[in-house]
Amino acid sequence: MLSHIPQAALDADPNVQLAKDIIGNCVHCGVCLSRCPTYAVKHEENDSPRGRIFLMKDMYEKGGVPDAKTVEHLDRCLTCLACEAICPSGVEYSKLIAHGREYVEEHYKRPLFQRAVRELLVRLIPNARLFRLAIFGGRMGRPFRGLFSGTMRAMLDMVPTTPLPAPSPVDRPQTFLPEPEGGKAVKPRKRVALLNGCVQTVLDTAINEATIRLLRRHGVEVVVAAGSGCCGAPAEHMGDEAQALPLVKANIDAWLREADGPNGLDAIVINTSGCGTSIKAYGHALRLDPAWADKAARVSAMARDITEFLVEIGLQKPTTPTGLRVVYHSACSMQHGQRIVNQPKDLLREAGFTVLDVPEGYLCCGSAGTYNLLQPDIANELKARKLKNIRSVHAQIAASGNIGCMTQLAGEAGLPFVHTVELLDWATGGPEPAAIKGQKLAAE
Amino acid sequence: MQMPEPSQAIISQRDALAQGLRQIVGKDWVISDDAQRRPYQCDGITAYMAMPLLVVLPGCADEVQAVLRFCNEKGVKIVPRGSGTSLSGGALPLEDGVLLVTSRLCNVLAVDEHNRVARVQPGVPNIKITEAVSHLGLCYMPDPSSQLISTIGGNVAENAGGVHCLKYGVTANHILGMQAVLMTGEMVELGGAYLGAAEGELDLMGVLTGSEGLLAVVTEIAVRLEPVPEVARVISMSFPSVEEACACVGAIIGVGVIPAGLEFMDRKVLDAVSVLIKEKFDDRTAALLLCELDGTAVEVDALVGVVSDVARAQGAIELKVSTTEEERQRIWSSRKLAFSAIGKLCPDYYCTDGTIPRNKLPEVLNKMADMSKKYGLDYANCFHAGDGNLHPIIMYDAAKPGDLEKAEEFGADVLIACVDAGGVLSGEHGIGVEKRDLMTHQFTEIDLQQQQMVKCAFDPKDLLNPGKMFPTLCRCAEFGRMHVHNGNLRFADIPRF
Repeated sequence: MLSHIPQAALDADPNVQLAKDIIGNCVHCGVCLSRCPTYAVKHEENDSPRGRIFLMKDMYEKGGVPDAKTVEHLDRCLTCLACEAICPSGVEYSKLIAHGREYVEEHYKRPLFQRAVRELLVRLIPNARLFRLAIFGGRMGRPFRGLFSGTMRAMLDMVPTTPLPAPSPVDRPQTFLPEPEGGKAVKPRKRVALLNGCVQTVLDTAINEATIRLLRRHGVEVVVAAGSGCCGAPAEHMGDEAQALPLVKANIDAWLREADGPNGLDAIVINTSGCGTSIKAYGHALRLDPAWADKAARVSAMARDITEFLVEIGLQKPTTPTGLRVVYHSACSMQHGQRIVNQPKDLLREAGFTVLDVPEGYLCCGSAGTYNLLQPDIANELKARKLKNIRSVHAQIAASGNIGCMTQLAGEAGLPFVHTVELLDWATGGPEPAAIKGQKLAAE
Repeated sequence: MQMPEPSQAIISQRDALAQGLRQIVGKDWVISDDAQRRPYQCDGITAYMAMPLLVVLPGCADEVQAVLRFCNEKGVKIVPRGSGTSLSGGALPLEDGVLLVTSRLCNVLAVDEHNRVARVQPGVPNIKITEAVSHLGLCYMPDPSSQLISTIGGNVAENAGGVHCLKYGVTANHILGMQAVLMTGEMVELGGAYLGAAEGELDLMGVLTGSEGLLAVVTEIAVRLEPVPEVARVISMSFPSVEEACACVGAIIGVGVIPAGLEFMDRKVLDAVSVLIKEKFDDRTAALLLCELDGTAVEVDALVGVVSDVARAQGAIELKVSTTEEERQRIWSSRKLAFSAIGKLCPDYYCTDGTIPRNKLPEVLNKMADMSKKYGLDYANCFHAGDGNLHPIIMYDAAKPGDLEKAEEFGADVLIACVDAGGVLSGEHGIGVEKRDLMTHQFTEIDLQQQQMVKCAFDPKDLLNPGKMFPTLCRCAEFGRMHVHNGNLRFADIPRF
């Protein structure tokens, strides 16, 4: 699509030039509409990828302060990237919307409440200690949630009602050697860094524990690198580059210190697909910074989802026969962001599970990072649709590779919701996942 | 490209009209904000854009009816739009017209398994019909490339085709009944709820199918469902020359085989596609035919043998036959990726569609090569060969002044060559605004006048999608009812019948 962005704007900002090139690849065919969750809910061009591309084109052409309606529609995008995955012309929507959001944050002054909420989320989420505190605060406010609406209500609704697990010892910086065999130490087949994440270390410590057990059992040495932490995605989703970049750089430093150390690093393993998508894009995010471009690209090239990595090294034969019917919910960041479609399902099948797909599996569940807090109406509609689709296949367990979706769906799915690695760990000799233990599963 | 002069009087009433329409469809479903109207400025052709006066998204047939009645009373034009995928500018908005979007009318209302009929709303995407009945082993056959999102209402308006229409027919062959609203707000039911229900009735449904939104707005459609063929296999056939590939098309049909699909790709397309699918095509290949055969396993195996023999006799240098569904999908992927692959070779491309008798394929393809030299623009060919439906892809750069105009002229020359070869201007994309001014090449003035009389019978005030299809506005006053005022016949100098 031809755009008429003023030359001065193109010269001033290479990201605007990039936006122009990406817009130029769009032929306005409309195929993206078929996969867009907000279009499925709203049926309106402005709430579709093609419409947003048009809105961004206008935003750059006009320059200056974007209008409120444009911001509203860009805000409603879940960044699920289903559009990018289906686009026949290869339009890189992820980059376009990321820079579009940065432009909005730079030029548009949000109403006070919106600003405060965003600021709060950007600061809370990456910091496990603050996040924990916020949940305690939220617990106190929860009984009064009926008095609130919109984002405040959504935040209070999200506060877990069950006790939080205690911080896990595995989430402290350290190195885990492969599991010894017959009492003898094993020479590591591979050495990987594990991103233990921010929210995950607070909400569900079992995921990292299972991942480490699983990797050690496969002869892999696992490092939780000192200085690594939140991947920066929560801030980046809100277009807040200033908050995101220090986190990104801290991770790059932490991992490259390991990679360039005496023992080296074969991969950076991620068990939260939302974070994986973001880390794989570090190279792009820092491409214009000469001091960081190469380092960031190295980190992105080493990033692997845990299922990608397991397929590479090969899964051990299952030792615990489960034979359970698992409905696999593919997170958007997994199937669209990273285009990892078959690996998790293949691994689950190899581990002895019967794997079922979710109908309309391409549609986002509405979680999308902080989206369920910022856009609760659309998020709830998508959540209800996803839950209905999950229930429709009559599985015994649901599995997913992203904590965000699990938090969004687990409470109301009507069946235990676990992380893919917990099932793989269980089947290859680990303990039965806590979410399943003692539960009465649906009959065969 | 000229459009009817917008009425400033109507434009000046925008706010009042918006208010009136909001009372019909609810406040959220009338879009009047500047920023929000812009994404509706074009459909699948971005070369033509116009800002709609208002965008209205009705939520049910009654609201469509009320919107039309309201606009008719106010003398406001209506442009119907589905998902906005038209490649002929059929849903190009008018600055003094309301864009009536059917995307909220997206429910499959009923499925009658026994009679193999589904009743659907016009905003249902084509593929969703098949998805809704696939558990019954049924499908909706017409499959335009845009089927993931193009709506059935739009398919009816354009009489859409697709790869499989060679064997199964186009949209018109799969519509059994419809409910439609005329510009006056009058709701009509045409056809019936099952195959044969419309026997004996004047085929007004046939008139509406392919009428490009000029006659009525369809609000419900009864479509025919077909059993999904038991087996489908595809043969990929390479030829050393375009002529031999074209001759093979006629030869296959000549021996009595009607393939489910028969597609042509030239070398330029193959080179572009091979980058995407990471597969090399034989160096000697100048053109490739993909021939799909479907039916029962025994039938398909026999047909594969017949077609393979014909292809060899016509000089095919390589034949690949799919043996599994995976292989079939892989062979088809080259065709499915063709347009995006070409899109990577050039900043912009323009794809038009004309249809010619199959035996004229080599002649018209050769003419295209000459035109390419004349305009200095590269092109590639990838089309539905079985029904002679050409889709030349003309490559240009919209940022270069004059390039779009050259591409349009090149496209027009191709279409003129199609008509001169005994063909027609459009195979499946419709006339819209894109081919409107070429209508005089295919039809005589009397032909066009006759067609416009049909338009006048449905929409005497010319408010429904005016400026599309016909190179001149309908002059309904000139024919139709003869109005004699004070003994003076108006427009007495116009020839009458």
